[in-house]
Amino acid sequence: MTDALAAGTILSVRDLKTWFVTRRVTAKAVDGVTFDLRRGETLAVVGESGSGKSVTSLSIMGLLSRPGQIAGGKILFRDRAERLHDLASFAPKDFRKVRGKEIAMIFQEPMTSLNPLYTVGDQIGEMIALHEPIGRQAARQRALAMLKHVEIPDAASRLDDYPHQMSGGMRQRVMIAMALACKPSLLIADEPTTALDVTIQAQILDLLRRLQAEMGMSILFITHNLGVVAEIAHNVVVMYAGRVVEQAPVNDLFAHQRHPYTRGLLACTPNAARDLGDDGERRALYSIPGSVPPITDLPPGCAFEPRCDFAIAPCRAVPPPLVPAGPHGSSRCIRSAEL
Amino acid sequence: MSVSVTREGRQETPLLSVQGLTKYFPARDGRIVHAVEDVSFDVRRGSTVGLVGESGSGKTTAGRAILRLVEPSGGRALFDGIDLFSLSARDMRAYRQRLQIVFQDPFSSLNPRMRIAAIIGEALDARGFPRGQRRAERVAELLTLVGLSPDHASRYPHEFSGGQRQRIGIARALAVEPEFVVADEPVSALDVSVQAQVLNLLGELQKRLGLTMLFIAHDLSVVEYLCDEVVVMYLGRVMERGPSRLVYGFPRHPYTKALLATSPVPDPTRRRTHVPLHGDIPSPIDPPSGCVFRTRCPEAIAACAGVVPPVEAIGGGHHVACIRHHE
Repeated sequence: MTDALAAGTILSVRDLKTWFVTRRVTAKAVDGVTFDLRRGETLAVVGESGSGKSVTSLSIMGLLSRPGQIAGGKILFRDRAERLHDLASFAPKDFRKVRGKEIAMIFQEPMTSLNPLYTVGDQIGEMIALHEPIGRQAARQRALAMLKHVEIPDAASRLDDYPHQMSGGMRQRVMIAMALACKPSLLIADEPTTALDVTIQAQILDLLRRLQAEMGMSILFITHNLGVVAEIAHNVVVMYAGRVVEQAPVNDLFAHQRHPYTRGLLACTPNAARDLGDDGERRALYSIPGSVPPITDLPPGCAFEPRCDFAIAPCRAVPPPLVPAGPHGSSRCIRSAEL
Repeated sequence: MSVSVTREGRQETPLLSVQGLTKYFPARDGRIVHAVEDVSFDVRRGSTVGLVGESGSGKTTAGRAILRLVEPSGGRALFDGIDLFSLSARDMRAYRQRLQIVFQDPFSSLNPRMRIAAIIGEALDARGFPRGQRRAERVAELLTLVGLSPDHASRYPHEFSGGQRQRIGIARALAVEPEFVVADEPVSALDVSVQAQVLNLLGELQKRLGLTMLFIAHDLSVVEYLCDEVVVMYLGRVMERGPSRLVYGFPRHPYTKALLATSPVPDPTRRRTHVPLHGDIPSPIDPPSGCVFRTRCPEAIAACAGVVPPVEAIGGGHHVACIRHHE
């Protein structure tokens, strides 16, 4: 595998392995994950709890905490000056070169990422001053411009607010303002709308789409919500038990799932047109039996096999490889051609 | 003190009739949080009513006030003809067996130091169920009813997945053979692949045991699927209510329309093109005058600030609280 990146690719995760190693057990939270993100596009990484989607994003940002470590693979990132970096081999101090300026991250709960003791204006200003030689007044002006940019109403009067004085939706806007203050080329958004109500979620998704169009940034969007994926993604990676099980452009994926897990996830989301009869009679929802297996105790073959309606004997033997499936996608299922 | 109603009459009277339910909480500076204000709806015997709304809508408080897990500030809750709010604490205890609740978080609602047999046994104690062999059989019965195995009784909560814990929570609620169950966001803490299992279980139990259910949720598609009727709340008040098919098929309140339009649909060919609602839900400490939704409403006119719009019947059991609903 060469380190060359296809033109237009900003991030290429290749066979990434992030393991949590203790004396007693090794939890392979991410075990051989590969995907590419193209410049200006949004790649959604979908999965349930334990799928490894958040650990993947933390690995990219260098935010793993012990005993988590990158045990293998590459995270190739192309910066604005077209230089290539392998983030998987970065030491903690190396990340200072890219974090904020090149790559920024927003999280599910903005309250835990904002300092309750400082005003939002000070926090955005500090972020800018950390990366650029800029005076106090100028930083304040830039912070104000950012608050306007993320559509905070009456921004000038909110500049001196503390985080607790704001609603959840406003705090997420402040987080986005901070993340984008130094115009990063890659934004990692880890469940940024999960804690928000649907009407606020719609506002934040619209904001991210508009900012992406204006600033041309790429977004790695981590979520468990397929409805949100359909709203925001260009391409989708579906993860299960630390591995990619399916990958495809968004329209292809929703039109035709080529892995039983993806198909099951979509089928078990209630849908009145499908699940209610003409007389209002409820049909039982499709449900995936069982639950996600613990990452330290995966079956020997396909990790999804114990819950899979399509499983046959060979599925229990060895973990299946990710194979091309559909025009532009791939699936980790030996029966994908039949699906 | 029960009311004798004929068998036929019973079918006519709703099992639960909530009338003008109001709950205020004191805020720090002597002001008042208007958590629930003048909420009315009926729950027919054997039906499921969904209570939907965003955070701050008062849906959870309403559910808890009906069961008097928080004391209501006003209104009535007629259960089988008896006003639950007028009962003494002692009389209410007798009613608690008939009204149960399933909580949202299956991780914090089960005591981690008790075995499953003891957790369910506690509920049986409350009903005066004798100890001994018969009790073990009853626990096994309940576990089987919710799709678990009888030998799970000797395990601790941490040995179960989220979905299994929610099944245990349901078994505990059903231990006293309630007629009415409040399910407060019972699937929102669960993984998507497990939600469907629990929804199917609730639907199945309802049919089998003839349960009447108040289902509190923020997920509109879940409510549409499971509920016969729906009550849409915003900032403590009812905006719209009626049979699910009418409210979802022909929403009349601008808030219901906005909620339906902003709920993401798993279909990338049907992306939204604009956001119909701006701003945040206002503080319930100082709710807007007149219609509480008017500050975010795309249809609001000057008159909306004047009076609180009455909840009007518009036919077929469909009700809406908007002065412009006829336009």
